[in-house]
Order: sequence, then C-alpha cells, then structure tokens
Amino acid sequence: MMNLDLSLIWVLIIGFGLMMYVVMDGFDLGIGILFPFIRATPDRDIMVNTVAPVWDGNETWLVMGGAGLLAAFPMAYAVLLSALFIPLIVMLMGLILRGVAFEFRFKAEEGHRPYWDIAFSAGSYIAAFFQGAALGAFINGFIVTGPSYGGGALDWLTPFSVFTGIGVIVSYALLGSTWLTIKTEGALQGRMIGIAKRIVPVLLIGIGIVSLWTPLAHHEIATRWFSVPNIFYFAPVPILVLASSFQLMRLLTGGSDGKVPGAGPFLLALLLLFLGYSGLAISLWPNIIPPGVSFRDAAAPAQSQAFTLVGAVIIIPIILGYTGWAYYVFRGKVTGREGYH
Amino acid sequence: MSHLDPLMLARIQFGFTISFHIVFPAITIGLGSYLAVLEGLWLLRKDAVYLDLYHFWSRAFAVNFAMGVVSGLVMSYQFGTNWSPFSAFAGGVTGPLLAYEVLTAFFLEAGFLGVMLFGWKKVGPGLHFFATLMVAAGTLVSMTWILASNSWMQTPQGYAVVNGRVEPTDWLAVIFNPSFPYRLVHMGLAAFLATALFVGATGAWHLLKHRDNPRVKTMFSMAMWMVLITAPIQILAGDQHGLNTLEYQPAKIAAMEGDWTSKPGEGEPLILFGLPDMTLEKTLYSLEIPHVGSLILTHSWDGQIKGLSEFPPQDRPDATIIFWTFRVMVGLGLLMLLLGLGGAWFRWRGSLYRQRLFLRFAVAMGPAGIIAILAGWMTTEIGRQPWVVYGVMRTADGVSEHSALSMSAALLAFVVLYCAVFGIGISYLLKLVGKGPDRGGPIEATHQTPARPLSAGPEIDPLGAGE
Ligand code: HDD
Ligand code: HEM
Ligand code: HEM
Repeated sequence: MMNLDLSLIWVLIIGFGLMMYVVMDGFDLGIGILFPFIRATPDRDIMVNTVAPVWDGNETWLVMGGAGLLAAFPMAYAVLLSALFIPLIVMLMGLILRGVAFEFRFKAEEGHRPYWDIAFSAGSYIAAFFQGAALGAFINGFIVTGPSYGGGALDWLTPFSVFTGIGVIVSYALLGSTWLTIKTEGALQGRMIGIAKRIVPVLLIGIGIVSLWTPLAHHEIATRWFSVPNIFYFAPVPILVLASSFQLMRLLTGGSDGKVPGAGPFLLALLLLFLGYSGLAISLWPNIIPPGVSFRDAAAPAQSQAFTLVGAVIIIPIILGYTGWAYYVFRGKVTGREGYH
Repeated sequence: MSHLDPLMLARIQFGFTISFHIVFPAITIGLGSYLAVLEGLWLLRKDAVYLDLYHFWSRAFAVNFAMGVVSGLVMSYQFGTNWSPFSAFAGGVTGPLLAYEVLTAFFLEAGFLGVMLFGWKKVGPGLHFFATLMVAAGTLVSMTWILASNSWMQTPQGYAVVNGRVEPTDWLAVIFNPSFPYRLVHMGLAAFLATALFVGATGAWHLLKHRDNPRVKTMFSMAMWMVLITAPIQILAGDQHGLNTLEYQPAKIAAMEGDWTSKPGEGEPLILFGLPDMTLEKTLYSLEIPHVGSLILTHSWDGQIKGLSEFPPQDRPDATIIFWTFRVMVGLGLLMLLLGLGGAWFRWRGSLYRQRLFLRFAVAMGPAGIIAILAGWMTTEIGRQPWVVYGVMRTADGVSEHSALSMSAALLAFVVLYCAVFGIGISYLLKLVGKGPDRGGPIEATHQTPARPLSAGPEIDPLGAGE
C-alpha cells in the first residue's frame, strides 16, 4: 500500500472529479445562462426539464472535489478556500438561487414565477462567473506564509480573473446550447444551433487570449510551453483545439442543408473544454497552490489518503454506473406536453 | 461573547447556516424512510391510499430536499473559507469522513432521486421501489458519516498530533469514538420524531378542517404510532447520552445542569428552572428538587458531579445559554411523550380522529421536533466551547484570519439570502401540505404544471422519452 504514490493518485482523482463537475454542471448552468435569450415560458420549461432529473448529481461532483481536497490535501483546501473566500461565498450563493429556483419555479404561484426565472438565470451567471474568477486567481497564484494564506481579501480580483470569469460563462453557454441541441427539437432546437454557432468563434478568441496572456504574465509557464522538447509534446493541444472548433462549426452549419446535428456538437464542446483543462494542467503541474506549493507539500497523512482511497477506488466506478443508468432512463428528446400552454 | 470580532462572526455564521441546514436533512431523513414504507405497503397491499400518500409526500420531499442540498453545499465549503486552520489541522480526520459521505451517500441520493421522482413511468415498480430505498438509505448513511465526524470533534480518539496536525492512527477508533453511538441513535430518532410530528400535524390540520378521508386518517394514524414508539425511546437514549457526556465532557454537563459547586455528602439537586450567571458563578432564582439530579446523572441517591466552578474559567462553556436550550429540548421531549400517549389513549377509545382538542395539540406540536433538534444541537455545540476539537484545539485557534469587515458582509448576505430564500421555500412547503393529499394524487394536480424539476408527481415525463 505504502509503495503506491498516494498523493499522485489523489491529484488525478480530484482532477477527474473537478473535470466531471465542469462537464456536468457546466451544461446545466449553461441552461440558466441561455435563459435571457429564450423568453417563452414553455420553451424555458422544456429547457429546465432536460436537466431536472440529473442536476443534483451533477452538483455533487463539486462537493466531491471539496471533500477530496480536504481529505487528501488539507493544507491546500485551507489555503485555497480562505484565499478565495469572497468568490467562493458568492458562488455558493449563486448556486443556492439556482438550485432552489429549479424547484420553486413550479411551486410558486403564477405571480412569483418570473422572479424565480430571474433567480435561476442570475444564480447561473453568478456561479459561472465566480467559478471562472476563482480559476483565474488560481492561475495567477497565491501568497502563502507558512501553512496558511498570507494575501489580502481582494487579491483574487484582477483583470485576468474577470476575463476568465466571463470566459467560463461563455463556455458553459456553449455546453448548454449544444446539450439542448440533443434534447430538444423544432424551433427551439434551431435557436440553440444558432446560438452555438455564434458562441464558437467568441470562445475561440477567448481561448486564444488566455493562451497568450498566461505565458506573458508568468515566465515559468512560458518556459514550460515554449522550451524545446516540450513545444513538440504539447503542440497537439492547440492543434486539436483548432481542429475540433472547425469540426464543431461544420456540424452546426450542416443544419442548413437539412442535416440536424445530434450529439456531435455537444461531444466536441466537451472535447474543447477538456483540451482547455489539460492545457491548464500542463501550465500548472505539479502545483496545487500556484505558484510555489506542489501537491506533495500539501499532502495529508498517508493514513488519511490510503483510507479514503480504498473507498474511492471501489465506489467511484459504482457511482459512474448508476449515474449512467439514470441518464439512460431519461434519454431522448424532451417535448412540451399536451394540456400545457 | 460581547463584541463582534472575526471569531465571533465566524461562529455566528457557522451556527446560523448549519441551523438552517439541519432542519432540512432532519425532514429528508424522516420522509425518505416514510416514503419507502409507503411504497412498500402499496406494493404489498395494493391499497391506493398508500400510493396517494406517496405522491403527496414525495412532492414535499422534493422541495425540502432541494433546500437541504443547497444549504449543505455551503457547509462543505465553509470549513475551508472560515475555519482554515482547523481544516489544515484536523482535515486528516474530518476530510476522509466527509469524502466517504459524498461517495457513499450524496451520490447515492442524487443518482436515484431523479428516478424516484420522475421515473414512475420509465422503470418497473420493482426498480422504482429500489430507487426509493436507495434514496432513503442514502440519507441514513449521510447522517452516519457526518455524525462520526462531529462526534470525533466532541470526543476525539484514534489519532496522534504529529508536526502540528492530526494524524489518524486507528480509523475504527476514530469512527467509533465514545460519543458516536449515542449521537447517532439520538439524532436518528430525532429525525424520525420530527418528521412524524410534521406529518401528524398535517393530518390533524386536515381532520380539523373536516377533510377526514382515508388518506388523511392513515397519515395521522401512522404518525401517532411513530410518536408513541419513538418518543419514549428517545428519552431513554437522551438519558444514556447524558451519562456518556458526563464521562467525557463533565464541564458541559455541569453547565447544562447549572451546577457550580458540589457540597460533600449531599446529593445533587435537579434544578428545574433558574438563571445561571457566569460572573457570579451561581444559578439565580433556582427552583430545585433535592437529590433528583444525582438520581438522573449518577443513578444513585447521593452521587456527586463536578460543578462548573471546579473547572478553570477559560475552559467553561456558557451555562446561561445551554442550561435553557437543554430544558427546551427535554421539555419538548416530554410533551412528545404526552402526545404519543394521548394518541394511544384516544385510539383505544375509538375517538382518535374526532378529539378536537387533541388534534389542536397535534397541530401545535408540528414544529416541536425541529425546535428540539435545534435546541439539542445548540446544547451540544455551545457546550463543547471553548474547544473546536474537544481538549485538543481551541475554537479561537481554528478560525481563518479574515477582517471583521468581510466577515460581517458575508454574514449579513447569508442572513438576508437565507431568510428570503428558505423562508419563501418553507412557505411553499407549508402551502403544499396544506392542500392535502388528492385521490389519484398528482395526476389531477399536474394539468397546469409541466414536468417539475425535482418535484414532479410520478406520471410526469420530464425528458419526454416515455412515449
Ligand atoms: C444528521 C444529518 C446531517 C447533518 C448533521 C448534516 N447533514 Fe448535510 N445533509 C444530510 C444530512 C446531514 C442529508 C439528509 O443527507 C442531506 C439533506 C438533503 C440532502 O440532499 O442530503 C444533506 C445534504 C448535504 C449536502 C448536499 C449533498 C448533495 O449535493 O446531494 C452537503 C454538501 C452537506 N449536506 C454537507 C454537510 C456538512 C458539511 C455538515 C456539517 C457541518 C452537514 N452536512 C450536516
Ligand atoms: C447539524 C446540526 C448542527 C447544528 C445546529 C450546530 C450548531 C452549531 C452552533 C450553534 C455552533 C456555534 C457554537 C458557538 O460557537 O458557540 C456550531 C459550531 C460549530 N460546529 Fe456545529 N452544529 C451542528 C452540527 C455540526 C456538525 C455535524 C459538525 C461537524 C461535522 C459541526 C461542526 C462545528 C464547527 C466546526 C463549529 C465552529 C467552531 C465552533 O464554534 O465550535 N457542527 N455549531
Ligand atoms: C427528553 C429527554 C431528552 C434528553 C434527556 C436528552 C438528552 C440530550 C443530551 C444530554 C444531549 C447533549 C449531548 C452532548 O452534547 O454531549 C442531547 C443532544 C441532542 N438532543 Fe436530546 N434529549 C432529550 C430529548 C430530545 C428530543 C425530543 C430531541 C428531538 C426530537 C432531541 C434532539 C437532540 C439533538 C439533535 C441533539 C444534538 C446531537 C447530539 O448530541 O446527539 N433530544 N440530548
């Protein structure tokens, strides 16, 4: 047991959990982000209903990320969360608004409904923006003194973090619109394809700017990417980004000559996100608190990591199994029902 | 206690947010099991009453669950944002326990909830029942892990402090720490009791409105059985819990009892009411029954416990508060016993559904379980002070270094948001149960609403793949 590199395995598990979170909660936050562009209540109901049975499970990956970090790297949990006090608290408040609005939209008397629609949408924007801002702050790094955070309460707020905050809103909107392309039909689907088409170039520009901004601002990251053998190993990342955006646009515009895209755009959007994520991992590895604390420095006692690992290894596959089953049960298009309107 | 430094603000924020949170899990735990029982009875007896009740309560469950999830999400991040030295110090123990809760409970609940609420037409009755059972099991497993964590903070063992932080040495000892079994039993019963009182009050309210159909009668009757069985067990469990606390946290018991000094040779009185004063070190205006304190705490006539003055001043919890929270809990527990016995008596007399005074009493007791739970937790947690990990780390050393300004702003935002959002949510919940269970349940109830996220009646087809 002790011969295993527990810390390394845990970084991978937590990375996987956060990836799952971004992928899964991304598209349901995306639905709230698209709300202002879709006014009709029946359409909104359909949009919300495409994620109704699964959103809670999607959000659980966020809890998993936090709990995994606390279990395996308590120091990182302590430093990161107190450094990100403001963006995280505001993000949680956004998630509260979004989460209860799922439920209350339909429980409220008619007069309250528009307010819960606003809460749903505003909560989604807030949560997405502050997740992105936290990400930007993470890339920028934190001041650490001894085992705790040494910076100020507003260190997280920089032009870069505002930019990444907006970037995450845009990416979630892409995930949401391509997800709805799968789950809806007719005019609503057409609008989603139209929205997705407009988002792709914006997102591409955004990715381009972050990819220049980060190495320019951080010398270590520049050397990591552009020094000699590395540049060849990592070149596939930007190339794949371009290739998959191109393919994504082709699928989306294919709609005009009668071919309605299926799951393809959503999968390509996921691929794009995954590429962005791996680019980030390349830039920051092996730091768990950039710029200076590696995941090994922040590791929990081996007994804690080992104990939790046993459960994670056995249970995560089971979770993936029944989560997949739940998606399978609720497969197919969502339509308005008769009796409604 | 007196001024609002960041520490005090962090404590208030934690107490405030968790007090909202615990209300929802308590009902989730109780209703989850209740729904499983209802569905089981429906499958077994094919009596439509159970199915109608299932649909009715699953709607309330959904609203309550959503509030439980979002308020819980805050809890799991708050340890890091507000209590980072504590997390860095004790994360080696509390982290794995929380991680196991996520792995074994939260995912289970979330994974099967969709099928339970929306899958009625998409899966067979057997699988649907299985989904309900998984959700119910998830709530109980969740309770177990979080209580292991909290109990370890109360009565820590199975660890060593190495390099200034906790290293677990024996996981079985960590989980099965001395107060864990008591807390688990006590909290589990509390959740069942609180739910039974809520369900019973709903039934009684409809009976008072002369809606005495079989559905309302069944729910009232089931709730009264539940109260009759669990209330006395809860009192016994609470007594045992107190004895355990006397052994491991004697200062807490002394404060709960308002006991300052013990006079050699005399037994301890039971102080019914009074006002413990922390500076004068005595309990003012006290109304005492001699020897009964000894009887309860030591199960002997002349037994002695250590008084609060015998502990160093910096190690004393605030007796003024927990003396009273403890009495609120115990007083409500006794009223619950009375309710259970009353129900049994009128049932035996054949007038359970007609005794209007008794029905009013049952309505009034609707929130009693929740209030007792809050009072109980306040006793436990404030009584643990000034320690965050009892005897190991002081609360003052566990708090993050945020400025009073950002702490006050966060607290204010939480208070406003929680009161608005959860206040409105609770009002929807009450309106929902106030409508009463329909025959054929949600089928007639849904003509206006499309598939409701997390809240649907079973015939609803949110993803529309049923056709
Ligand atoms: C006695 C039971 C109990 C207690 C003391 C707590 N909880 Fe809780 N919690 C539950 C019982 C529960 C539950 C019954 O399992 C919930 C309620 C609704 C739900 O989804 O699960 C829940 C939900 C819930 C969630 C959302 C899970 C999801 O996404 O599905 C989180 C993150 C937490 N809790 C975290 C905490 C933390 C960090 C606590 C301590 C400070 C805490 N809970 C106290
Ligand atoms: C669920 C019901 C609970 C309620 C209502 C509750 C209530 C409270 C209250 C009122 C305080 C403030 C005490 C004070 O500072 O005077 C507090 C503090 C605290 N509680 Fe709890 N508690 C609950 C459960 C838990 C659980 C399950 C845990 C741990 C897993 C926990 C951990 C803490 C911590 C870390 C603090 C802050 C430090 C402190 O003030 O001691 N609590 N809680
Ligand atoms: C009537 C007799 C009761 C007695 C003698 C009793 C005793 C106790 C004691 C001694 C504690 C503090 C334990 C500690 O922190 O060390 C406690 C806590 C608590 N009580 Fe009670 N209790 C009673 C009734 C109730 C009722 C009716 C409820 C709720 C329906 C309830 C809910 C709780 C809760 C939630 C806690 C905090 C969690 C815990 O420590 O278990 N109690 N009780």
